[in-house]
Amino acid sequence: MARPITPLLWTLFSAGGTLAAMLFPIHLVLTGLAFPLGLAEPPSYEAMRRLLDNPLVRIYFLVIIALPLFHWAHRFRYTLYDGLQLKHLFALVAVLCYGAALLGSAAAAYVLWTL
Amino acid sequence: MSAAGADAPTPYRLYHPKWYRRRVSVWWWLSKPAYATFVLRELTSVAVAFFALVTLLQLRALARGPEAYSRFLHRLESPLVVALHALALAFVLFHAITWFNLAPKAMVVRLGGKRVPDAVIVGANYLAWLVATAVVGGILLGIR
Repeated sequence: MARPITPLLWTLFSAGGTLAAMLFPIHLVLTGLAFPLGLAEPPSYEAMRRLLDNPLVRIYFLVIIALPLFHWAHRFRYTLYDGLQLKHLFALVAVLCYGAALLGSAAAAYVLWTL
Repeated sequence: MSAAGADAPTPYRLYHPKWYRRRVSVWWWLSKPAYATFVLRELTSVAVAFFALVTLLQLRALARGPEAYSRFLHRLESPLVVALHALALAFVLFHAITWFNLAPKAMVVRLGGKRVPDAVIVGANYLAWLVATAVVGGILLGIR
C-alpha cells in the first residue's frame, strides 16, 4: 500500500474495531440467538421500517457495516501475510481485502439510500 | 499499487542472492499458546465481517418488503445459522475484551499533563460498552 494511505487505513481499522466491540455483541445476541430461539420477539417489519425512516438510524447502520468491514480487511490482510506467509502476494491480498470492504460498504450505502 | 515495491525485499538481497533464511512452517503459530492466541485474535475479524454481512442482508430484506423480511427471520432459525451465530458471538466477545484491554496501550490519554491510568481507560471502555448495549437492546426490544 502507498505510504500516505496507511494512516487512513489504520484509522478505519481502529474505528471499525471499536464499533464492532461496542455494538456487535448485543446485535448478535438479539438477531443471531434471542430472536431465532424465541427468547424475545423480533421487531415487526413495520417497526423496523419506521425506525429506518430516521436518517440517523440509516447512518448508524451504514457506519456499523462499513467500518467493521474495513477493520476486517486490515486485520485479515495481516493474518494472511503472517499466518499463511503470503508476503509475496502483498498487492493482490491488499486489493482483494480492501476491495471487498469497499464493495460491501457501497452495497450498504445503496440499500440504505434506496430503502 | 506501484508503491508496494517499498515494502518488497530489502536491496541487499541483490548482492546476496542466496541469503540464508530458515524455513518457517505455515503452522508456526501453533508452536506456542501465545502465538495461537494472537492468530485467534486476528481471526475474530472474520466473525466481525460475517456479522456485518448478516446486517447488510437484513437491511436488503427490509428494503424488499414484508415477505422478504419474514423469510430473512425464518432463515435465522436454521440450526446451522444459529450455531454460526453462537460461534461468531464467541469470537466477537473475544475481540471486544481484548480490544478494550489493549485500549490504553493503543492510545495514551493525558489530562492536565498527567497520564490517565490504564485502569481508568479500560473501565471507561467497559462502561461505554454497557451503555451502548443497553441503548441498542432497549430500542430493538422496545419497538413493536
